[in-house]
Amino acid sequence: MSMKISTRHVDGVTVLDLSGRITLGEGSVQLRDAVRDLLSKGQKEILLNLADVNYIDSSGIGELVSAFTAVRNQGGELKLLKLTKKVHDLLQITKLYTVFDIKDDEAEAIGSFKRTK
Amino acid sequence: MVSRVSYTLDSTLDSVNKVEETAEELAQKSGLDEDQVFQITMAVREAAVNAVLHGNAYDPQKKINASFENTGKSLIIRISDEGKGLDPSKLPDPLAPENLLSGSGRGIFLIRSFMDEVHFKLLNPGTELTLVKHIDPNQKSA
Repeated sequence: MSMKISTRHVDGVTVLDLSGRITLGEGSVQLRDAVRDLLSKGQKEILLNLADVNYIDSSGIGELVSAFTAVRNQGGELKLLKLTKKVHDLLQITKLYTVFDIKDDEAEAIGSFKRTK
Repeated sequence: MVSRVSYTLDSTLDSVNKVEETAEELAQKSGLDEDQVFQITMAVREAAVNAVLHGNAYDPQKKINASFENTGKSLIIRISDEGKGLDPSKLPDPLAPENLLSGSGRGIFLIRSFMDEVHFKLLNPGTELTLVKHIDPNQKSA
């Protein structure tokens, strides 16, 4: 039921591959800790791959927003990759679809970070 | 056929998961489509999180009550807590520009988005949320 996170580095961008659920008490804290850890190491270009996230609740949505603002406040960028239909719909309902930079193609996403241009 | 089940549960995340699973089972058995099952399950989970987290604040002395009913025409889920009481008129609008980047405050909004009716009742103490989803008679399973 819980979320798994694996980390990759591609052309200066840190890709977090998330799988499972991002909910209160399951994935939310893990996501927060992972992003904090990256920021503490100065890794501010972060791509969250949500292709295998099958469920997210309001706590998880809040955690995505908090991660986005935390990274932005440190002068970095956090983008989202490959949303499932459910996550896509939730971000549309909550008007967050226009807040996040959302990509479907990983190479395009990596290339879109300012640092890698 | 009317079916009804109710639980009194501790203020824990395990209780939230129990309520969520029961809601999913109820919605699936009622013959609703996958999207509607997801919406009901999520709305009920959000209501349970509100009761456990914001209502009872994980207080081991306080319980939540959850009842699930299929009247044949509607699914009716009631979740109550023993907390301070929730005034829905005082909830900030999560879609307002100044709240868009808030890290919380979307639970009740999502509940209202996904259910056909949402009712708040102040208890003494606590709050009862009633969530209703109408069942399209053409969609019901045989």
